[in-house]
Amino acid sequence: MDEKHTAVLKVENITKRFPGVTALDNVSFDIRAGEVHALVGENGAGKSTLMKVLAGLHKAEEGRIVHRGTEVHVTSPLDARLKGILLIHQELSLSPELSVAENIYLGAWPTNAFGVLRKRYLHDETKRALDALGCDFAPDTRVGTLSIARQQMVEIARAQAFNANVVIFDEPTASLTDGEKEQLFATIRELRQAGAGIVYISHKMDEIFELTDRITVLRDGVVQGTRNTVDTELTEITRMMIGRDLDAYFHRAKSNFGGEVLRIEGLSKSGLYKDVSFTVRAGEVLGLYGLIGAGRSEVVETIFGIRKADSGSMHWLGQKTEFPTPRQAIDLGMSLVPESRKEQGLVLNMGGRANTTLPHLSSYSTAGVMNHGQELATYEKYREALDIKTTGPDQEVSTLSGGNQQKFVLAKWLCASPKFIILDEPTRGIDIGSKSAIHQLIAGLAEQGLAVIVISSEMPEVLGVSHRVVAMAEGQVVGEFTGDDLTEENLITAVSHHRAALPAAAQ
Amino acid sequence: MSIQASLTHNPKRGERAIHWLYRNHIWLFLTLSILVFSLASPYFLTVNNLSNVLTQGAFIGILAVGMTMVMIDGEIDLSVGAILALASALAIGLQDSLGVWPAVMCALLSGAVLGFVNGSVVALSGMHSFVVTLGGLIGIRGLVFVYTGENALMVTNFDYTEYAEIYLGPVSLTAMVFLALAAFFQWILSSTRHGRETYAVGDNIQAAHDAGINVKRHKIINFTICGTMAAIAGILLSMRLGTAEPNAGKIWELWTIIAVVLGGTRLTGGFGSMWKTVGGVLTLAILRNGLRLLNTPNYVELIVMGLVLILALLLDQALSPRTGR
Repeated sequence: MDEKHTAVLKVENITKRFPGVTALDNVSFDIRAGEVHALVGENGAGKSTLMKVLAGLHKAEEGRIVHRGTEVHVTSPLDARLKGILLIHQELSLSPELSVAENIYLGAWPTNAFGVLRKRYLHDETKRALDALGCDFAPDTRVGTLSIARQQMVEIARAQAFNANVVIFDEPTASLTDGEKEQLFATIRELRQAGAGIVYISHKMDEIFELTDRITVLRDGVVQGTRNTVDTELTEITRMMIGRDLDAYFHRAKSNFGGEVLRIEGLSKSGLYKDVSFTVRAGEVLGLYGLIGAGRSEVVETIFGIRKADSGSMHWLGQKTEFPTPRQAIDLGMSLVPESRKEQGLVLNMGGRANTTLPHLSSYSTAGVMNHGQELATYEKYREALDIKTTGPDQEVSTLSGGNQQKFVLAKWLCASPKFIILDEPTRGIDIGSKSAIHQLIAGLAEQGLAVIVISSEMPEVLGVSHRVVAMAEGQVVGEFTGDDLTEENLITAVSHHRAALPAAAQ
Repeated sequence: MSIQASLTHNPKRGERAIHWLYRNHIWLFLTLSILVFSLASPYFLTVNNLSNVLTQGAFIGILAVGMTMVMIDGEIDLSVGAILALASALAIGLQDSLGVWPAVMCALLSGAVLGFVNGSVVALSGMHSFVVTLGGLIGIRGLVFVYTGENALMVTNFDYTEYAEIYLGPVSLTAMVFLALAAFFQWILSSTRHGRETYAVGDNIQAAHDAGINVKRHKIINFTICGTMAAIAGILLSMRLGTAEPNAGKIWELWTIIAVVLGGTRLTGGFGSMWKTVGGVLTLAILRNGLRLLNTPNYVELIVMGLVLILALLLDQALSPRTGR
């Protein structure tokens, strides 16, 4: 065996059970030094669980982990890190109030013989790690002030600082722009060059094929097989993932537009967005494209009454209206499926049933007393329609997979039959099968005559589902595209042109 | 892990049992306490003694009913002991001038108003309820001292104390009121819109707000309920004692919180029930009573109670499937 084929980490026959489910069933795979190994599968397939076992967050019931030729027992994330196994979470796990250096050495701070922090050493070592990655921020920067992409670099700098030999990326590009993504890929390739074994978990197939050397597919906690990336293709991998061929990936609703449902004009809020105007008609899917931080979420949150604007006007069904409160917005017939499931979307300790009816409690109660039967009927209807997997109406949604959680957020905002629905990043972090189902759903809603706004940072998604796209950058509308003008090129040009023009305008 | 493994033969049933146990560990604790004290003292397991336990526990219990509503909301109310004292003083002090029932109504109203004020300040200022009601605890207690002139008020018409002697079999009026309120508010929690909103607000206030729930009004309602419960406890106490001490109910807010937490309702909000609280209240009452029957010195009693509280919370942690996440 040459150096290139040495397994730096071997997982042998790992089984992990949770109450009611076998999350991992006799899973074996290996990570070689100097390779990027993709781990793919639908939500709930067991990818994250497997990585948590490796990183010491979960303990497997059966099986063993062989690290550099010897069997190891990883007892905690810190233990894993000291062994050189580093997990970079989907949702970053940094302390915003601490500095970059303190975060990198979190829990393993270098101290002298008296237990006093060696600040100089901490600073210098962090600087070395940051420089190696080409980061443009200082070791004593407070992490909370950094962008998501930079925070991710801090986590990667941890790998440098601890000389990690196994680095696991769990959905690293979920919140990154294209430029930031390229930079991340360059970093990952450098880590590979340096001989680290890298596990790359993602739902984005184009990234997997661009970046990885081998692909292992998980389905329902069972390994379906491992392929060399160059020897396989997308259709084979998706077939392994979902056990069938995927239908056409995107579904655009038939164009059959009715009257104007919503018009906003000159919407401004200092520091967030400026002079934003657009309309959306019944039966139309309007895409809002832009990079993270372009102000898209803030604009739709204003329409829905979660935020207040400084100025601007709103027309609802042709009538000039005051900006509503969320309650009034719901009563008008608006729904907002928010960007973050956990923070805005769901009440995690509640069951699917209670979450579904939460915005519409008055429709499911008489004189304040809940009508449980009616509520259960609605829950069942949407559970079936959206194919949500639960053990019962009161299973806490915190115990569901990301895709199933997202479907409950949709159920919650669909069950009152709205006239207008805003979907903010509706497919973020969910698997291909569910994604496709959600795209079909969006098309179906528009065909039923709803006005739909879809916010997405994924270009193919925006192009695939929208009739018309409004591009935003730096809080302003920078273009509107429809028909033949609606191309990837035009959108990118609009968004980046604006960026390039900005410094000049500022001077 | 071993518990789960041993149950694999009958997963459905075993899981359900585990699930139930992890959510209702307090009843296990209660059964255990009853068992231990029954063996340790011949006086414990008598109808007379248990009737007493229930009545003594009911005062903290009524406070705990209101506290549970506030705590599932993710808030806390430290002023309940002081409100209890004020209501008790008003119920007795106003009797001579207003008559018995108007005085009782005034006492009740004082609790509701103070609860409303607590809730309004919390909801509208955005200050933490710990701070707001800590102010209430001190301020309202001061009010009680001003009103009573630092003396215990005595009831003049002793018919008033007769109400406390109403018994249904071994169950006193106070105990009946406690159990009825607990049942009623359990129904509110499980079967009404208000109950649903309570869990939603406590668990994820942002999601609740975005779902169109009027979070501020909602919190004010629960603080008002909590204040009213404290007043009810105060009135029942004045009936039972025939006097109103300015120091009545001191540190009862802490015993109340202990009872609620012991039951399994979480301080962080969004999780809990009235049944848990009833379990917590009864366990606390039985521990106090049992230790006294065994002639345990007062300070040892406190040490034991403290240990039990921590033990119960550890058990809650251990049985929760979420550990390790």
